[in-house]
Amino acid sequence: MRKLHFHPCGNYKEHYASELAIFETDFGRLWLSIGLVSLFFVLPFISGPYFIYVLNMIGIAAIAALGLNILIGFTGQISLGHGAFFGVGAYAGAILATRLGFPFWLSLPAAGLITALVGMVFGIPSGRLKGLYLTIATLAGQFIIEYILVHWESLTQGTMGITLPAASIFGLEISSDRGFFYVIYICLAAITFMTVNIMRTRFGRAFVAIRDNDRAAEGMGIPIFAYKLLSFAISSFYAGFAGAIWAYYSISITTEPFTLGLSVEYIAMVVIGGLGSIPGAIFGAVFITGLNEILRFITDAFLNMGISTSFGLNLAALREFAFGLAIVLFILFEPKGLAEVWRIIRSNFRLWPFSY
Amino acid sequence: MDFFLQLLVNGLSIGLLYGLSAMGFVMIFKSSSVLNFAHGELLAIGAFIFLVLTSWAHVPILLSFLITLAGCFVLGFLVERIFLRPLIGEQLIFVIMLTVGLAAMFKGLLLFIFGGNLHTYPDFLPEGLALHMGAVYVPPVYVASSCIGIVFLVLFGLFFKFSSQGIFMRSVADNQTASMSLGVHVKKVFALSWAIAALVAGMSGIVLGIINGTNVHEISAIGLKVFPVVILGGLDSIGGAIIGGIIIGLLETFTGGYISPSLKDVVPYIILVFILLIKPYGLFGLVEIERV
Repeated sequence: MRKLHFHPCGNYKEHYASELAIFETDFGRLWLSIGLVSLFFVLPFISGPYFIYVLNMIGIAAIAALGLNILIGFTGQISLGHGAFFGVGAYAGAILATRLGFPFWLSLPAAGLITALVGMVFGIPSGRLKGLYLTIATLAGQFIIEYILVHWESLTQGTMGITLPAASIFGLEISSDRGFFYVIYICLAAITFMTVNIMRTRFGRAFVAIRDNDRAAEGMGIPIFAYKLLSFAISSFYAGFAGAIWAYYSISITTEPFTLGLSVEYIAMVVIGGLGSIPGAIFGAVFITGLNEILRFITDAFLNMGISTSFGLNLAALREFAFGLAIVLFILFEPKGLAEVWRIIRSNFRLWPFSY
Repeated sequence: MDFFLQLLVNGLSIGLLYGLSAMGFVMIFKSSSVLNFAHGELLAIGAFIFLVLTSWAHVPILLSFLITLAGCFVLGFLVERIFLRPLIGEQLIFVIMLTVGLAAMFKGLLLFIFGGNLHTYPDFLPEGLALHMGAVYVPPVYVASSCIGIVFLVLFGLFFKFSSQGIFMRSVADNQTASMSLGVHVKKVFALSWAIAALVAGMSGIVLGIINGTNVHEISAIGLKVFPVVILGGLDSIGGAIIGGIIIGLLETFTGGYISPSLKDVVPYIILVFILLIKPYGLFGLVEIERV
């Protein structure tokens, strides 16, 4: 048995390999395996159907948020079109499944690839634009995609929507929330693994170089336009993949949810979770989805208590207020997001009882 | 031909409104480089303060107009002081997300108080203001809004040209560090420009409300249409905002009239992408060339 790694009492790294290591200590491996075991073998059995539904929504959002974090947090290109890409993925999955009869396991990555192509098309402005000009270009992309989804009726059936066939893998039909839980979280685990490792390759380091100083990156010989397009493609792939799972999970889809509001929600996940942090994207997905569900729960509770319906309707507006307030408070008081909070908590435990 | 003329007049008046709405946006961007996603909500707040004063509290029109402007001025000042000042020098994404969050907060509050329905002001403009040119009829609201727009444009032109505060604001927009070293209080200028921008937004909101009635969703959608307008005109040019607004308004109305009404709402954004690809700094914007 090899020697176990514990926390050194200083920075004794001697190779780049140890700098790049995912797990600094063996405790990390232990906690991760405990986490994965409880995620897959404990959590689905102790929670009711509603809670599993919320967990599934969190998982889908986390996949898309990871993609957006690659684009915003690692490459520094702010995109306001992620919600539209999510919609493109949902529609691509639905159309592949209904028109071309693609099986479930094939239509998810295929939808991701189609969305990646669309994402690259809308990433082309990044060749000339940066910063807020690029943000505005992606805002235009959001509206154009939304328009195409609604008005290309021969393909998307417009506002009628599309009903998907039931998902099945190897002849095994997935219809329950619990079945989807396994599909979603196995995908999320695989995608998180992939993301962590992309960021350790030269591609990931090139992304970070572009974010930190694009001129210096170009000077060091990184073809920044190609890498920006690649970043758009990867991030849209994730969005499309998540969108396709979402389409199968919600059985029938319409053009309604893929608005600017959804894009803003994804950016909020990335910002609240922590820019440029992979656990951050997942924390953000948990926080925003959880916040949405809690606010919906409160609204419903008020409605059921019999306070007049008009008052209840207006409470729905307070949900939007609370959502905005959460974003504003995080930016003003903890701009590094939940990932930083998590780091502080962890280091408090690690340094206890001599936390100075 | 009559149809064409009517479209032309409609397009011009809508375009002027877009231009007016974009003026405040440009002012904020010019002095503090903040891309304000809450601009539509600032417009809506102006429209609703006016609504409360005129139809609920029955304050005389002119007085309520002035109170609304004063209220918006204070609001803009407070927004800058409380929310944006801590973010001076922060990354772009935080500033953008902060204004997005503010937009959600304001929108939520407005929806909570007023609901999503359409509210209209009492009709107070005399019919005598309407213009008849042959078959073309220009309703009084458009005439009034055009007059207000032109008056404000002239006032701002004079303000920026001659008053010391206006010159401070231009100097900060031009070069923050240099103006600071010459004794300009940059933070005060930021606060003032937010306050003035909110005032302009409130005024535009009132005009929008007079024409279409006030509805939270519609007015905040106009806040997003400001983006094509300012990109076309140049992000930091106030005159460009008006001209960009008129061009976008005309294009939108003609597309709606001749091609398809549903295409109307997306045309500004298609134009936006092309302008960004061809001439990113717009018609009158300051060109900062940076080749990477």
